[in-house]
Amino acid sequence: MDISLLLTEIMVALLGLLVLVLGLALPARGKTVVNRFALLGMIAILAYSITAFSQKASFFNGVYQIDMFGSYFKLLFLSAGILVMLMAGKYISRFEEKSSEFYGLMILATLGMMLMSSAGEFITLYVGLELMTISFYILTAYLQNDKLSAEAGLKYLILGAVSSAILLFGISLVYAMTGTTMFTEIAAAFTMQPALLAGVVLIIAGFAFKISVVPFHMWTPDIYQGAPIPITTYLSVGSKAAGFAALVRVFMVAINGADASFDWSMLLAILAALTIIIGNLIALSQKDVKRLLAYSSIAQAGYILVGVVAANSFGLKGVLFYAMIYVFANTGAFAVATAVEVDTGKTGIEAFAGLSKRSPMLAAIMTICMLSLAGIPPMAGFAGKFYLFAGAVQNGYLWLAVIGLIMSMVSVYYYLGVSKAMYIGENENDSPVLTTGGSTVALWICVLATILLGVYPGPLSELAGYAIQILM
Amino acid sequence: MIGLPHYILLSAVIFSIGVYGVLTRRNAIAVLMSVELMLNAVNINFVAANKFMNDAAAVGQLFSVFIIVVAAAEIAVGLALVISIYQQRKSVDLNDFNLLKW
Repeated sequence: MDISLLLTEIMVALLGLLVLVLGLALPARGKTVVNRFALLGMIAILAYSITAFSQKASFFNGVYQIDMFGSYFKLLFLSAGILVMLMAGKYISRFEEKSSEFYGLMILATLGMMLMSSAGEFITLYVGLELMTISFYILTAYLQNDKLSAEAGLKYLILGAVSSAILLFGISLVYAMTGTTMFTEIAAAFTMQPALLAGVVLIIAGFAFKISVVPFHMWTPDIYQGAPIPITTYLSVGSKAAGFAALVRVFMVAINGADASFDWSMLLAILAALTIIIGNLIALSQKDVKRLLAYSSIAQAGYILVGVVAANSFGLKGVLFYAMIYVFANTGAFAVATAVEVDTGKTGIEAFAGLSKRSPMLAAIMTICMLSLAGIPPMAGFAGKFYLFAGAVQNGYLWLAVIGLIMSMVSVYYYLGVSKAMYIGENENDSPVLTTGGSTVALWICVLATILLGVYPGPLSELAGYAIQILM
Repeated sequence: MIGLPHYILLSAVIFSIGVYGVLTRRNAIAVLMSVELMLNAVNINFVAANKFMNDAAAVGQLFSVFIIVVAAAEIAVGLALVISIYQQRKSVDLNDFNLLKW
């Protein structure tokens, strides 16, 4: 056992604790230094984790797995964290003296996501999940004087705790029937029993809540609207990807193929279809961009779930590929929304009116990111959806791919509704929307990645292909 | 003779009482208590399963210790949030928290 293989996780844990402690110890002026330090630390860890990508090891008899699947998601979480920190720049000033704790908690949430993506058994998975969600409870309620934020935090806590309890009850039933919490041993001991079946269904319900799949999606719009925008972004890209990482590993290693008499992929297929349809239809009537993006993120979770349903090399590659490009497209859209909210104090669609005359760059970036979310070529979203739906068709789920395609067309309507407000709408205020250096960098990274990965998806999809090899 | 199914039945009943409490109680504190009930039902399951399935490896007992610790952290954050929202609105009734709606 070589502890140095855990260096990425250890560094993230140390960085998070260090930022928390330094933020408390230093006077107000030192806090900006701590915030810079947090960002630089994350970038350094990202650079290290790229060099450590192909490491492979199994710790404590398989409790913790270092493999390319985990490494891929670690890259995703770290890049998402860095982008969110960059774009949060100006928004952070609202937190005044509490800004360092904000960074510290964000880093700890990242650590929780990493543990989830690499866990080889359920205790580790649960601890990682709770580290992530408890950090997010606090971050969601971070605007103490804002009524929406406090309410969102409390709602998230109650619903999150209930969903964890449901997930745990499912795990306890699986444990009671198989006598183990290790994924590989569960697969070996899996036999068709009613209690075990109930356990698997409860586990699906618990995960469905975390990745906001219909009918467990009710919390998403409320929490996304109430939370501070950077946290909404991180919730939608980071916590969702972590949920998918854990879901894929649990199902591919522990449950899939163990007993063919129970076809869980049909259950997931129905959930995916419902999620795509309901998420997109409710998004049509939204007047608040944060809420619109929340419903759009529900629909996107449905698309990604299509890849899990397919569970073949194309579909799983699509899951990983789409999760990564979703980080860039969604963060780009939210970064523009952040800039607009900092400027106008509102997130309704009317706040975006005339943005093309005020800041043509922001309007263009928002449109590109939205088109990518809708899956229009040549943006990256098209390539991602191609992998997902091709996987579904290959595995005999043609109807699911058709639903996905039709609903993608429907989604263009509400995505372009925002663009329409930006390009045709009028606004008395024609001073440009100011962005900080950090958020400009984040915006450029997002838009370049969205376009480049759409035109040239080869390298990333190859990387995703390596990452899923351990599951096939 | 009391076996594993009895314990699972007991914990399923307690879990359902917890779910019922979460769905019907309107007081935030009472809802948090119901969540505790759900988590403790899970603990019963784990400890009983540990005894009957795999006595030598104490994985189930270990899991329930982890659950107790994490639940304590969760409730600490939960009560802090309840206090902060009470200071804003002078209420812990969930029906009063209705600013966020579709």
